[in-house]
Amino acid sequence: MEAKKGDWVNVYNVVLKPDERAPQVPEDTKKVPLEMWIKGFIQEDAQIGDMVTIKTIIGREVRGKLVEINPSYKHSFGNTVPEVFQIGLQLKEILFGGEDHE
Amino acid sequence: MNKDMSYEGVMSRKNEIMKEAVGIDYERFEGKGIAFDYEKMMRETGYTLEEMKKIQRSTGVGNTPLLELKNLTNLARKFSDKGKGARIFIKDEASNPSGSFKARRAANSVYHAKKNGYKGVIAATSGNYGAAVASQAAIHGLKCIIVQECYDSKGKGQPEIIEKARKCEAYGAEVVQLTVGPELFYSFLVLLEETGYFNASLYTPFGIAGVETLGYEISMQMRALEGRDPDVVVCTNAGGGNLTGTARGLVKAGSENTLVVGASVNLEGLHMASDDQFNKKSFTTGHTGFGIPFATWPDRSDVPRSAARPLRYMDRYVTVSQGEVFYMTESLAQLEGLERGPAGNTSLAAAFSLAQELDEDKIIVVQETEYTGAGKHIQPQLSFARENGIEIKFGNPKEEIPGESIILPEHPSLIKAEDLDLNKIKKSYIKNCLKNNNVKKLSNEDLEFLAADTKTDIEFVKKILKELK
Repeated sequence: MEAKKGDWVNVYNVVLKPDERAPQVPEDTKKVPLEMWIKGFIQEDAQIGDMVTIKTIIGREVRGKLVEINPSYKHSFGNTVPEVFQIGLQLKEILFGGEDHE
Repeated sequence: MNKDMSYEGVMSRKNEIMKEAVGIDYERFEGKGIAFDYEKMMRETGYTLEEMKKIQRSTGVGNTPLLELKNLTNLARKFSDKGKGARIFIKDEASNPSGSFKARRAANSVYHAKKNGYKGVIAATSGNYGAAVASQAAIHGLKCIIVQECYDSKGKGQPEIIEKARKCEAYGAEVVQLTVGPELFYSFLVLLEETGYFNASLYTPFGIAGVETLGYEISMQMRALEGRDPDVVVCTNAGGGNLTGTARGLVKAGSENTLVVGASVNLEGLHMASDDQFNKKSFTTGHTGFGIPFATWPDRSDVPRSAARPLRYMDRYVTVSQGEVFYMTESLAQLEGLERGPAGNTSLAAAFSLAQELDEDKIIVVQETEYTGAGKHIQPQLSFARENGIEIKFGNPKEEIPGESIILPEHPSLIKAEDLDLNKIKKSYIKNCLKNNNVKKLSNEDLEFLAADTKTDIEFVKKILKELK
């Protein structure tokens, strides 16, 4: 995929390689790098995977690997957890005595 | 000149970077050994209550409603002994511009940054504080960078944190998202050095003083409503600033007899810096993973001396389980018509239990709520837990194992706050003071400081020192 100059993109960097990590870090974390993502407007046409420069929303210039064009929010209210519905029913039964009050 | 940008290189410049970025010479308050002059620091670098009220009023912060939770009070009374079941009130801090009490903390910091000519502000936080700083920066026309610990090594992020990134971006902030690890602090220092922006730390005197208005308002509003001070105020406790600021505000209002209780979600057994365990927890703040380390060593924060010193003010410290807090969050929506975010309801779950111990004419105040939305809500947080292999079921919440299960109480009478041994935590703090300051012999000044910093007396400190020998 190709990004055009001025597109809103996400870039990636490895901040610290596994062998550069802080001494106090637990073993499982030491096995992986410290990674970073920053979004901004790309300053040149480029392909996914290229090293590019972006200008962030506050105007800071950052170099990084292009990983996403037009990054979007994907978080939501999640899959329904049906147990949650039982809580209100139970509480109303205890507090208001269920059918007597209907 | 090429600066050494390695981890060790940047960390070795920590003190000079911080001095520039906070503008406080902390040396001025240091004593010879362990002691430092906390009140002098708060007096000379903070703001007066009147100044803070003015600063906050000018940006729409504070004066949030204090609501009585009559249905939850009645519910608690169903499980109380006769004559027990205190009235429960809640301070609806979600009404602040950025949706949480953190707006109070940010209002002062960002005001201070603007006044001192900084062009921008940076904060390292995955929580509500990021949104608060971004919101205040928007009002003052300052640039803002928020540094977040957001993903595990598989690129999977807590929905709650991703929502907070969105909210920061909604206010025009740049969000730097990192994987798990304490070296976030390294990235933070690099950014401070590069930009020359102000460190809107959670732990400066400005930030903590900003929360004093919350405690003060609770007293004033309660006096207007009921003609008296609250008997108990419950504060969700993580880094300690919420509790410290609120308690200081209560003192400034003259509410000397109000008991201050800290409450944290019990995440015992989970390591906060573990890549593997990062997404096994369902709370990103208000939990013991911050509460205990920050209580036993507050100066671990991103400034040389933390203004958040919870042991100075805490009368009691309790924990609740993740399942209990989720259950209470749903209860607040279903019985009180208030849909709020889970993390803020940590103290609500504790208050619901504590109310049952108190006489029914007593008043207990839950001192915050937080906003809710996609990602930051009981449904997505439970759904995310289930996707990560956490067992979710009804049962006895005392059987919950953090990282393995979330047990929703099968009956509300099972919600029970559990006391932590505060003296043990105080002992641990004193031990850390000796170790981290490398001090063998304590002066009278040190003894007095430790007594004040643990809300005890010199006799207590001496007894602990004897035990530690």
